[in-house]
Amino acid sequence: MRGEPVAVVGIGQTKHVSARHDVSIAGLVREAARRALDDAELDWADIDAVVIGKAPDFFEGVMMPELYLADALGAVGKPLLRVHTAGSVGGSTALVAANLVAARVHGIVLTLAFEKQSESNAMWGLSLPIPFQQPLLAGAGGFFAPHIRAYMRRTGAPDTIGSLVAYKDRRNALKNPCAHLHEKDITLEKVQSSPMLWDPIRYSETCPSSDGACAMVLTGEAGAARSPHPPAWVHGGAMRSEPTMFAGKDYVSPRAGRDCAADVYRQAGVTDPRREIDAVEMYVPFSWYEPMWLENLGFAAEGEGWKLTESGVTELDGDLPVNPSGGVLSANPIGASGMIRFAEAALQVRGRAGEHQVDGARRALGHAYGGGAQFFSMWLVGSERPVG
Amino acid sequence: MMPREVAIVAFAQAPTVRRSDQLSEVELLMPVLHDVLGQVGLRAGEIGFTCSGSSDYLAGRAFSFTMALDGVGAWPPISESHVEMDGAWALYEAWVALLTGQADTALVYAYGKSSPGSVRDVLTRQLDPYYVAPLWPDSVSLAALQAQALIDAGHTDERELAGIAARSRTAAEANPSAQLVGSAPPDVLLAEEYVVQPLRRHDCPPVGDGAAAVVLAAGDTALDLCPRPAWIHGIDHRVEAHSLGVRDLTDSPSTRLAAEHAGLFEAPVDTAELHAPFTSQEVVLRRALGLDEEVAVNPSGGALAANPVMAAGLIRLGEAAAAVHRGESQRAVAHATSGPCLQQNLVAVLEAR
Repeated sequence: MRGEPVAVVGIGQTKHVSARHDVSIAGLVREAARRALDDAELDWADIDAVVIGKAPDFFEGVMMPELYLADALGAVGKPLLRVHTAGSVGGSTALVAANLVAARVHGIVLTLAFEKQSESNAMWGLSLPIPFQQPLLAGAGGFFAPHIRAYMRRTGAPDTIGSLVAYKDRRNALKNPCAHLHEKDITLEKVQSSPMLWDPIRYSETCPSSDGACAMVLTGEAGAARSPHPPAWVHGGAMRSEPTMFAGKDYVSPRAGRDCAADVYRQAGVTDPRREIDAVEMYVPFSWYEPMWLENLGFAAEGEGWKLTESGVTELDGDLPVNPSGGVLSANPIGASGMIRFAEAALQVRGRAGEHQVDGARRALGHAYGGGAQFFSMWLVGSERPVG
Repeated sequence: MMPREVAIVAFAQAPTVRRSDQLSEVELLMPVLHDVLGQVGLRAGEIGFTCSGSSDYLAGRAFSFTMALDGVGAWPPISESHVEMDGAWALYEAWVALLTGQADTALVYAYGKSSPGSVRDVLTRQLDPYYVAPLWPDSVSLAALQAQALIDAGHTDERELAGIAARSRTAAEANPSAQLVGSAPPDVLLAEEYVVQPLRRHDCPPVGDGAAAVVLAAGDTALDLCPRPAWIHGIDHRVEAHSLGVRDLTDSPSTRLAAEHAGLFEAPVDTAELHAPFTSQEVVLRRALGLDEEVAVNPSGGALAANPVMAAGLIRLGEAAAAVHRGESQRAVAHATSGPCLQQNLVAVLEAR
């Protein structure tokens, strides 16, 4: 990032669950925002601007809900921006907020992303009507399953890799109090014998549908100096998009993802991501996307990603922990999921991830994607202020 | 470090029409994108940052903007973002990105097709989902409440509102993209029935489908791309409380605050493009912005002549910039609004140098 160095000084999440019947949409976002402010030891009046993101408005049945949420977000009299870039939106929203600080337009920005999926049925919300999509393509799983199958064919990965990812992430989630799924009696056998939903994706290899919100307070150098807890510094951030479908599109390893990662690494001065990055929070809605993204993001050579998963490198105590929070597989308030990845990466380098802390994490990557594997947003955060 | 200077260097729009059944959003948008990029001689891949504004609720499907991206031709992949807001806010996001120095040029576009549904009903889905939306108060009825409050406060009367309608649609005769062009004199307009008292048909915007795009550029790049760039002296936006019951509908403090931050009050302007879909809202905005009779307000005809929802605010910025490009304006103010009764407002001050 150029301009003013950007620091994350406050992070707040709700406990993600399948249905928050006890709060309104306003109550949900305010809970996360209040926790982020408390973490930063700031109050509503300290905030200069609010940037909010969420996935399609149809999920709650409210058109441009930020208008109604202006009061709950403490945004009255302030600038309020609403980002929507499909599944990558949580990440994009954080980057838009970071730009406001980097450009020195604002000193302290509250950014927040949410989804209250219990208000609707996300699977059918994601199933576009004819003529936009062929019939019988139910939900995101129906869209992504063939691309996972293509990855398996291309790399010769054993059938069991996906279940290893799910087993790892669901166990990591037991150490994360905010995670939606806390499956205390999870076993690898249970994952492998769960019902097949979209071949080769089994029920236990699929993200849940969650209500939840995530908020962060971003500021510049002066704000970071006043921060009561160690900040996370933004070393690089980027977005990349490509069309939904075109001849020659590589759904297994989309170029937009590779380009986005390369841009982030260039900004952060990272030349060997596998060695220089200590933890990764990547957007894995279906288990197989871990090995796929390991390759796409440059952590493994093409065709080699599944070997990192299989050998335990991505375990919480492995060489490159992936999704120590439990990831999207353990909590998926869709619009917030990207920001949770960004926030969890920041928690790691702040040393504030609690039981799922990766020892000595100094640099962490937050990753989100959306649409037909076409929208990507990423940031790399570090415990040290970026040089230069 | 001196902050970067950013300018609007090109503007294009589709003619706003009542229905465009035969065109998808992509087909509506593509000629506009070709036009605006052609003006600066750039291809989509040469643009540093792209940002758009649109609404799934108008399109009637989730992720509607993903298909619109096909109109841009995002291959090789581009640095791109989207706001679920009027395109004026997409321009704001792009302006911030250019200020950081991560890009030197930006493409901003917006589109809206109101024709597939009833936009009066669709906009009720913007309201508080627990206490207001279940009552389905439509956008014209809410604007009528605001207009009546203005009349009761002595800030305007129905004759003045008819004059605003006639002036706007007469001005639109010079605008080939306008939808509703020409007007009967106010006396004739005032003989019409009310739609929702005190608003008559002439006080309301036409319902239409449209699209618009601008190109932004920073510093010397702007001078390379445009002989007379419209420099963004300042741009800011503010939101008010959502509940109409806690707001003074006769005033727009968010517009005034945004104008202060945009530097409007530092020097006079000669031109104003105000996003006032209803005649009565022009009265509110003129007062908030302190515009006197010397200022040419909505020489394009404004939103009363063409109001493609989600693009109409960006068109105000584009029209004001185009006036600077043509040498017709030295300093112009452009305004965009969103939400019921001017809840959220953006103000930009554009200058020739």
